[in-house]
Amino acid sequence: MSMPIPSTPGLKATRQGFGQGLLELGEKHANVVVLGADVSGSVLSSMFEQKFPNRFFSIGIAEQNATTIAAGLALSGKIPFFASYGAFTAMRNADQLRISVCYNEANVKIAGSHSGVTVGPDGATHQVLEDLALLRALPHMTLVVPCDYEEARRATHAIGEMHGPAYLRFSRDTSAMFTTAETPFRLGKAEIFREGNDVALIACGLLVWEALLAADELEKRHGIKARVINCHTIKPIDIKTITEAAQQCGAIVTAEEHQVHGGLGGAVAEVVVKNYPVPMELVGMKDSFGGSGEPKELLQKFGMTWREIYASALAAIERRDKGFKTLRQVKDIAPYVGE
Amino acid sequence: MAATLTESRIHDLQALALRVREHIVRMSTDGGCFTGASLSCADLLVYLYSDVLNISPDNLRSPDRDYCFLSKGHDVPALYATLAERGFFAKERLKNHLKTNDFIYWHPNVNMPGVEFHSGSLGHLLSVAMGVALDCKLRGQTNRIVVILGDGELNEGTIWEGTLVAKALKLGNLTVIVDRNEFQANIRTEDLVPLEPIENKFRAFGWETARVNGHDFTALNAAWNALPATTGDTPTVIIADTVRGKGIPSIERRADRWFCNFSHDEVKMLVQELHGEAIGELTSEALHVR
Repeated sequence: MSMPIPSTPGLKATRQGFGQGLLELGEKHANVVVLGADVSGSVLSSMFEQKFPNRFFSIGIAEQNATTIAAGLALSGKIPFFASYGAFTAMRNADQLRISVCYNEANVKIAGSHSGVTVGPDGATHQVLEDLALLRALPHMTLVVPCDYEEARRATHAIGEMHGPAYLRFSRDTSAMFTTAETPFRLGKAEIFREGNDVALIACGLLVWEALLAADELEKRHGIKARVINCHTIKPIDIKTITEAAQQCGAIVTAEEHQVHGGLGGAVAEVVVKNYPVPMELVGMKDSFGGSGEPKELLQKFGMTWREIYASALAAIERRDKGFKTLRQVKDIAPYVGE
Repeated sequence: MAATLTESRIHDLQALALRVREHIVRMSTDGGCFTGASLSCADLLVYLYSDVLNISPDNLRSPDRDYCFLSKGHDVPALYATLAERGFFAKERLKNHLKTNDFIYWHPNVNMPGVEFHSGSLGHLLSVAMGVALDCKLRGQTNRIVVILGDGELNEGTIWEGTLVAKALKLGNLTVIVDRNEFQANIRTEDLVPLEPIENKFRAFGWETARVNGHDFTALNAAWNALPATTGDTPTVIIADTVRGKGIPSIERRADRWFCNFSHDEVKMLVQELHGEAIGELTSEALHVR
């Protein structure tokens, strides 16, 4: 499909999509229960809490316990969601996730809100940028990063209706709404949002929108037709769609609001090196912690906007066409890299 | 269980506990196991699984059964020996200890009938049990959820986080039993991170407490029968005072007999010692792991 880009898209936060999706899921399934860790109003599990007060449990600021209590609730058929900030639902409780949830294959759903630098003024402690890398290594875990409000709503339904541990990563800040109820969405299936064979831009979360903007610029300025792929499911990764992108485009850029190590870029690279090695550039956090500021300015400061995706696409294409082995060779001759 | 135990009932429990201890000793070779901690909780497990808890090989899928979680997972030989003696699986299977083709190793594995949850990382199963207790309350059940903690395990912060939260969630159907054998690894708890007075700590968190001799079936039975109804709001803890290595004087209360890997000859001697015979000196290497 080709995703029409609205010139002035509406804005809503993916956390609102989660809140709405969780509420709907609760209406649909009586065995959905929700655990909170004192921030339900902020991650919007409060919408469920208001409708189903008897199925919502405030555990307090005790994320390790909330995780293991969820595993206990799941033993006899409840579908527990534990929602808080990703910094605390993916990392503070890592041993609990590893053993009580994943090793026991407990049907626990973890919501990691406030991911990435777009958390804004909270600063580095609350801006989780390592959760995908950590959780991707856990057997049995499913990882989903929706790209906008509607996809967050649908992804919440999807993880609630699959069996097994799952982590949903979403954001605090508002972002462009560009998918609809008709946009294809299936767990584990990356979707082509824009057709093209010159370079593949594979993104997740809020950077899918930035990838679409980058594709527009590549076409306008250079006539380059970029394939934009929304890779919302980081695990299990869609090997077929990624391999086809490598074969048909010959150059790949990944983009994520996460460390460049171990997240979407790492997952795509693992598929590419095994099946069809092509030049790849990774857009994301470059091994640093975030910082405080306005969300949009922080994306610029840390290099996670359409500009970096655009420049990385040109670099990847140049590496492919000129047979360059490294980005350094491109940088020596190409002024636009790092623009 | 009856309000008071008859002489013959006590005799039966003691005979079962002796068989369980024999299994533990026989698992303490060819790779070995955590013998001392297994022997300290043997009487507790024998008591709980002998018609006290509503758990049997026939009701393992029934959601209204009682639940028992062994959080201090390294004493699993005591659990497997008890489950085997109670017919959850064949006693022959205990011979597969540490074999690659079975699930009997140093920590509980859910593939063994009667094990509710994989455990091994300390400090998890109190909260897992809390989740089950909450679920049972939501379903209006009156069953009891038991979790056995090691005293050393009380070092874990998640235990105290859970102790706070269990009270907040009003989990009157949750009963913790602390196997208070006074040791963790190769040191006395009071010489490392002092725990006493343990009951006061739980009481300060709003729990009901009891303290008993964990090797005395009459005392255990009295404490069990005095537990408040599961429909109440207050979780309970029984501090069971036990002896690490209980039943084998040559390894009782010894810091260096935490993990034991005896020779086959020593296993024969220790079984004799279990049955009250005097034995010679153990020559296997005592382990200091700190």
